[in-house]
Order: sequence, then C-alpha cells, then structure tokens
Amino acid sequence: MERLNLSAAFTEGQDFRDKIKAFSGVDVKDCYQCGKCTAGCPVAFAMDYTPRQVMRLLQLGLKEEALKCRSIWLCAHCETCYARCPKEIDLAKVMEALRIEAKGLGYVPEKNINLFNDLFLESVEKYGRVHEMGLILNFNLRSGQPFKDAGLGPKLLSNGKIHITAEKIEDNGAVKRIFENVRRMGGEVE
Amino acid sequence: MKFAYYPGCSLNSTGVEYNISAKAVAKHLGLELWEIPEWNCCGASAAHNTDHLLALALPARNLALAEQQELDVAVPCAACFNRLKATEQAVRESAATREKVNKVIEMDYQANNSVRPLLDVMANALGMNAVKEKVVRPLDDLQVAAYYGCLLVRPPAVTRFDDPEDPQTMDRLMGTIGAIPVEWSFKVECCGAGHSTTTPQVGLPMIDSILANARENGADCIVTACPLCFLNLDMRQKEIEQKYNRSYNLPIFYFTELMGLAFGYSPKDMGITKHFVDPMPLLEGKDLLKHPATRRDEA
Repeated sequence: MERLNLSAAFTEGQDFRDKIKAFSGVDVKDCYQCGKCTAGCPVAFAMDYTPRQVMRLLQLGLKEEALKCRSIWLCAHCETCYARCPKEIDLAKVMEALRIEAKGLGYVPEKNINLFNDLFLESVEKYGRVHEMGLILNFNLRSGQPFKDAGLGPKLLSNGKIHITAEKIEDNGAVKRIFENVRRMGGEVE
Repeated sequence: MKFAYYPGCSLNSTGVEYNISAKAVAKHLGLELWEIPEWNCCGASAAHNTDHLLALALPARNLALAEQQELDVAVPCAACFNRLKATEQAVRESAATREKVNKVIEMDYQANNSVRPLLDVMANALGMNAVKEKVVRPLDDLQVAAYYGCLLVRPPAVTRFDDPEDPQTMDRLMGTIGAIPVEWSFKVECCGAGHSTTTPQVGLPMIDSILANARENGADCIVTACPLCFLNLDMRQKEIEQKYNRSYNLPIFYFTELMGLAFGYSPKDMGITKHFVDPMPLLEGKDLLKHPATRRDEA
C-alpha cells in the first residue's frame, strides 16, 4: 500500500487551525474521529465530505479542500453534532467559520444558499425586517427559476401570509446603523 | 404575569396563525405580552453564517429594548429564540463582547433579562394547572406527534430548555389539553430549514422523513413551535406527496392553535383555516369542535 506523507500539510496547517479556534473556540485536535457527528447529521447524505471528514481535513492541514467543499454550505446548523459530541466540539460553529472564510475567498459552490443569505440580509438592512415575498421573488429571479413555487403564491396572498409591500420599522435607521457599524468595526467579536 | 414579546418576521407573514393564536391564548391565560416596539429581524441563519458580530448585534437591539422595561422576553419562533438566547449568553459571559455589541447597537444592553421560548413560558412559568383550568373542549383521542425540531433544544449549552434528545414539554402540554402524544423517533430531527427553498433536493427528503415517521407511529397530526418547521411540513407537504408518491394528508398545528381549540376558540379565530393541509376533516371527524357533552358517541 502506498504511504502518504501528511506531515508537511499538518505543520503548515497550524495557522489556519489557530484561526478556526479563534472564531469557533474549537481546537480541531480535540476530535478523535469517532464519527458520532456524521451518524446523527441529517444532511450527511448530501455532503461531499461528512462532518467527521471535514474535521479530519482540518487536522491534516488540508485547508483548500475544507474551504472548497459543499458540506460547509449544506450544514443546516441543526447542532445535532454538537449536542452529541463526546468531546463537546461545536462542529456547527466550525462549519460557520469555514463558510465565512470561504465566502471571503470567493469559494461558493452552493450559489443558491449564498444568494438567499445575501438577499435575506439585504432585506433586513433595508427594512429592519425580512420582507418574505420580496425575498422569495428576488431569490427566484436571481437564481434563474422565476416560476418556482408560483403555485403557492395565490393562497399565501389571499390568506394574508405574504404581503406585496414590505413592513418597515419606523426607526429603521437604527438597523442601518448596526450594519454600518459592523462594516466599520469588522465581524470578529473579540 | 408580564413578558416582553418578540414575534419575529415570520409571525407577521407566513406564520401569521402562530401570532394570532399565541396572542389569543396568552390573553386567555392572563399572560400579558408587551410587544417590543419597533423590533427588528434577529438576522436568522443568514447573519450568523455571514458575520459573527452582526449575528449578535441584531438580536441585542431587541433585547436592550426589553431590558429597559425590566422584562424577560417570550419568543414564539424557535429560530428567533435560539439567536436571541445565544446573544443573551454571549453578552452576559464576556465583558469584551458586551462592550463591542453595545457600540454597534449604540445602546446599553447588559443581559440582565432572560430569553425564553413561549412554549416554556406557557408550560412552566404559567404552568400546566393554569392551562388545565381553561380547557372546556379536551382534544380527546387526538393522536399528536410533538415536533420540537432543532433550535428549541439545541445546542443545550445555549438553549437550556428541556432534554435535547427526548424533550417532553410539548408532549405534556398536549396531554394537559386532552390529546394523546405519540412516541416517535423524529421529534428533534431537522426539517432542513431553508433548504426546501434553496436546495430542494436536500430539503425535501428531510421533510419527507419527518412526515413518514409521524404517520408510521400513528399520529393524526404534527404539532410544532416553529414557523419554519410549520411551513416546511404544511406548505411543502403536497409537493412532497407528488414528488415521492406518498399520501400523508397530515395536518400540522402550532401548539397555541390546539390550546385555543381546547379553550373553546373557533378554528377561524386561531387562523387554522389558513393552513395548506386542511385540518377541518380531522377535527370534525373526531368531533372535537363541540363540547364533550354534545359530541357524537361514535366519534
């Protein structure tokens, strides 16, 4: 069997592991690869790397693989992995850290999920609240599927579940300032 | 008893029944809900997947407004609850975080108040006896699958509510209003949240599994405490039936709607007529809309 030397990647990966730790509080070395996270993960069936494998990539310093995988976008943040991890590793938080980092580098394999999040926050910044109808219409148009869920629209409208005009908060300057302040101060909390 | 009330965006749109029934039932129980004026969106997953500081600041503004009134906050939406609770904890535990968040929101927030799910407030702060006293139309023989999903109970270090693997609050509440909670395996499984919209090939099978397991375990209906879970299970049900060749016809309820029915409110008053899966055949079939003394014998 061919032997693979991973020592170099492991050594070089330390900076990135430190970064993950600073964001998520997780030291990836704590993971002993038991696989309980993957066993309980409701989205593992659709992932390219299972949650356990994502942790292994990080342990081995395979940063590019971790940042480019679809799994970090498909993670639904249900927190089942964290709730069950015998080492109490907040893996969902690691996924979040990887996603934010990947987005910054322009690695976005799940375009629709990313688009939805961006449009969601645009709506919040603009109105202070999410305008669900505007969000969905905008998402369907920009993701190239203008008629997606069109059949649901009439019933949602007639039952008052979606609204043509957005609900704004009067004091939405306060929310706009929150977005501005965050941009100015940077996203890290401490 | 008085709480600040944070409805969240869904309760003014796709989850409007939850808002209607929650307010009516709270009033009926003598629970005063002070809606936070000018509340803003909690940021949901979109914020915490994009920017850590933004994900704390958006909830913090709402919590600061409630703190000014010295009120704890009752949150009906499980997803909003989770974001607000995570913010409460982060701000309480770290002076540096507190300082930074306060700078961003340009307000003072010390996390002196506490965030609780509306389910917890009704079941535990008011208590089951207070609920039981108001029941005039027990939901006899209604087999209910109590579905908690993710964000009410996970991660337990944040939510600090019920058991993360086998929660019982909603089951006990359903028992209190006369229904029969069924044992099933998917009470804390994830519905996939926004995946049904953004990546349906991932989201729809997740919803399908939940519906299937509820049916297999004899449930007549599923009861939830989350507008996104509700939307996935109710609005997407027909699409799933067609796509996977299933026949569920499984009504979905908010726990507050079923409480309202047991308290004597009409389905229309609870917003139940707005559902995609029509619950009326089930409610009428079991004759649950009449006072017990006037119900059909065979129902």
